[in-house]
Amino acid sequence: MASRRFSSRATRDLHLEQLVSPVPDLGLVAANGPNDPEPELVVEGDAVTRMDGRDAAEFDVIDRFVVAHGLDLVVAAEAMAYDDLALARMLVDVNVLRADLVRLSRGLTPAKLARVIGQLDPVELMVALKKLRARRAPGNQAHVTNLKESPALLAADAAEAARRGFAEMETTVGVARYAPLNAIALLVGSQAGRPGAMTQCAVEERRNLELAIRGLVTYAETLSVYGTEPVFVDGDDTPWSKAFLGAAYASRGVKVRFTSGTGSEALMGYAQGLSMLYLEARCLAVVRAAGSQGVQNGSISCVALVLSVPGGTRAILGENVLAAWLDLEVASGNDAIASHSEIRKTAKLMGQFLPGTDFVTSGYSVMPRHDNTFGGGNFDADDLDEWLTIQRDWQVDAGIEPVSEEELLLVRDRAARAVQAVFAELGLPPISDDEVDVATSGYDAREMPDRDRAADVEAADDLLSRGVSGLDVALALDRSGFGDVAEAVLGMQRQRVSADYLQTSAVIDADGVVRSAVNDPNAYAGPGTGYRLEGERWELLQSLPQVAVPAELLGDSAPAAPTVSDGKVASRGDDAAEVVVAVGPAFADSIRRTISDLDHRDVLDAVCAGVREGGGEPRLVRVRRVADVAFIAHEAARLSGSGVAIGLQSKGTAVIHRADLQPLDNLELFGMSPLYTLESYRAMGRNAAGYALGKRVGPVPTELDNFARAKLIVRTTLLHARETQAVVPGADSVELSLVGAAVS
Amino acid sequence: MAFDPSSDYPLGTRRPDLVFTPGGVPLARVTLDAVREGELTAAEIRATPATLRMQAEVALAAGRTQLAESFERAAELAAVPDELLLEVYTALRPRRATAAELEEWAARLDGFDASMTAGFVREAAAAYAERGLLADG
Repeated sequence: MASRRFSSRATRDLHLEQLVSPVPDLGLVAANGPNDPEPELVVEGDAVTRMDGRDAAEFDVIDRFVVAHGLDLVVAAEAMAYDDLALARMLVDVNVLRADLVRLSRGLTPAKLARVIGQLDPVELMVALKKLRARRAPGNQAHVTNLKESPALLAADAAEAARRGFAEMETTVGVARYAPLNAIALLVGSQAGRPGAMTQCAVEERRNLELAIRGLVTYAETLSVYGTEPVFVDGDDTPWSKAFLGAAYASRGVKVRFTSGTGSEALMGYAQGLSMLYLEARCLAVVRAAGSQGVQNGSISCVALVLSVPGGTRAILGENVLAAWLDLEVASGNDAIASHSEIRKTAKLMGQFLPGTDFVTSGYSVMPRHDNTFGGGNFDADDLDEWLTIQRDWQVDAGIEPVSEEELLLVRDRAARAVQAVFAELGLPPISDDEVDVATSGYDAREMPDRDRAADVEAADDLLSRGVSGLDVALALDRSGFGDVAEAVLGMQRQRVSADYLQTSAVIDADGVVRSAVNDPNAYAGPGTGYRLEGERWELLQSLPQVAVPAELLGDSAPAAPTVSDGKVASRGDDAAEVVVAVGPAFADSIRRTISDLDHRDVLDAVCAGVREGGGEPRLVRVRRVADVAFIAHEAARLSGSGVAIGLQSKGTAVIHRADLQPLDNLELFGMSPLYTLESYRAMGRNAAGYALGKRVGPVPTELDNFARAKLIVRTTLLHARETQAVVPGADSVELSLVGAAVS
Repeated sequence: MAFDPSSDYPLGTRRPDLVFTPGGVPLARVTLDAVREGELTAAEIRATPATLRMQAEVALAAGRTQLAESFERAAELAAVPDELLLEVYTALRPRRATAAELEEWAARLDGFDASMTAGFVREAAAAYAERGLLADG
């Protein structure tokens, strides 16, 4: 036998993914693996003779590098003596300073680091991350690419990213020779959007260094490290070669961030039976030992593999925390697609989103996923309003700002025009006005006019051989009337001279001031301290374009010609066929239409027609002392000759009531006002008459829309507020008569 | 006023008087005007060894020992030509160079007064010898 519910669930996107039980021997275990070594450090004299289960003679390149450059042996004696749990508790204790924890981390071996992190549950990890983040304020990084490598579109997207507050943005190439063109488009676009946004073009190291030397990019995060020697060597590097490269980049004024992440060793076939978190601890020990200011980690491109094993999401958050504990800047993943399931993907995101990291994503796709050539797009242009809304919901700053459509169109247009001018000035293949227009307002690169790609790559080669630099870009902008963008590009050149952004967690604000863990450190020490989303920034992050002003939501409340008239105090009727139709205090007065946009006069006509069809005689009454539909109807029932009445709230909710019932009981309740038509109200009238005359009555068929509440609850609240404002406490109900003709 | 690594960061905004281009142009003169007038070329747009050493001091004052060491290496490498930089990087990759070749690269670095980095290359050569990561001789 098969369950239709199981088969229904099997069609959900989640089931496109493979979950597996742990296989420790293949490294398919998230944390606390059975083969992970016991933390251990033996020092004789000033030499480490044993670490994490290995004698010095067996040390691989990773062990050797960490021992040579990463371990502070003076601290180690103190730090290694701590109990795992004691250290774990210090990580979440707001009374233990970040600086003290960072100092202790300098004396801990990778196995010890992994073991301590393994003690923390998800909420504890979030507290630890909030506390250990290096820079005070969280930030974010964008991906900016497109399938056609259209420079106008790259510039427009870079400008949007910068204007939305991304501190860094990253592009890459489909065709390697495009690199200088893409780097220029990103540089110009970013500076047109917001001065100070940093850019990179992820390409092979030699090309990357060349772009950096020319001042066309400002940072690099392509330096991957791995947790086992065979994988490191398969990656064609060693800790020494990567550390050398890191210093080489810094010598050319490039901010450097290494890349690591759980799952890569298992994917590359040499996890050596060790858990993902332990191997990442080894990576991070190398990253710090190599003198990198930071790391991009959080599983990155292997995220789906880590999520296939139990505890994967927790381990990924754990590795972010570990990096922060080691005093590294953290760009915390969330860039590669983690899951087909929107629910699962978002749940994973919360680990970094809520505590905040230096860069909550290592690449939020500012453009639609289709144009993301990183294989990223975990969150993309179409998800932006959700991201902004979730920031607003949690009162959390995850590094993206709302910007109006009007402003973004201006920003995108200007960036595209600026890069158009630079291409013209530098003698590159022209960018047409058509390209500028589509880049400004289009959806993705499929709409962009095709360029002569052969001409583009030839021009790119020529650009390099001519030695075109960031200064030439600034001059080109200056000559073509983009003086402010020229100043911003020159500002980025000036930053390379002072090299302040090489320090840990550095970003540059719009005034050109570098903010890093040195001059703007995270000093979180519990409630009331550290970075808190409040004041102007909170005002900004809650002011989304789609936010309505409540007073305007109900539309024009200008008085229209009256359709009803209040009369004398209503008394009890004595006609046994009478059905009182009672309305709320604001009905057909300060409120004129139901939530499903029916005119109140039409509703009254429909109900009365229904009552008559059912053989009853309607009498109209306004209840003034109460706005609740049950009490309106019950009051009306007590006035009705038959004892049966219909109560109508102004928003359209209705109840058929009878005088002998308790007020909150009823004969029929019609609570789905957004779904009702005039025919529905007519049917309610017929039924009420049926009850009055003692006939057998089948309830009016009702529909159910469980989303109606989520969609309309604000309007409902505002309408009901207007109704309660019309209440006259203690006032008698009055007779109501129709005046004028029906509206429709 | 003398440089104070614990309070003079960021250099660009707090102590621009201490920052110069390789040709001695003060940071305050790195302007669009200067570029228009041809006073500055692309080669001038980079940090000097002195600036990188100040950044190393800043990192050290903040307790970041290894970052400071990396900036010290960077200060040495600032004077090393691009091509040599890339050749040394390539030689440090697994099984690219013999022990003797790595020693030659280290000696070349010594020639640029990059003794700390040269020592780093020699240390790598020793580790590679132990781990079979040298090229076959």
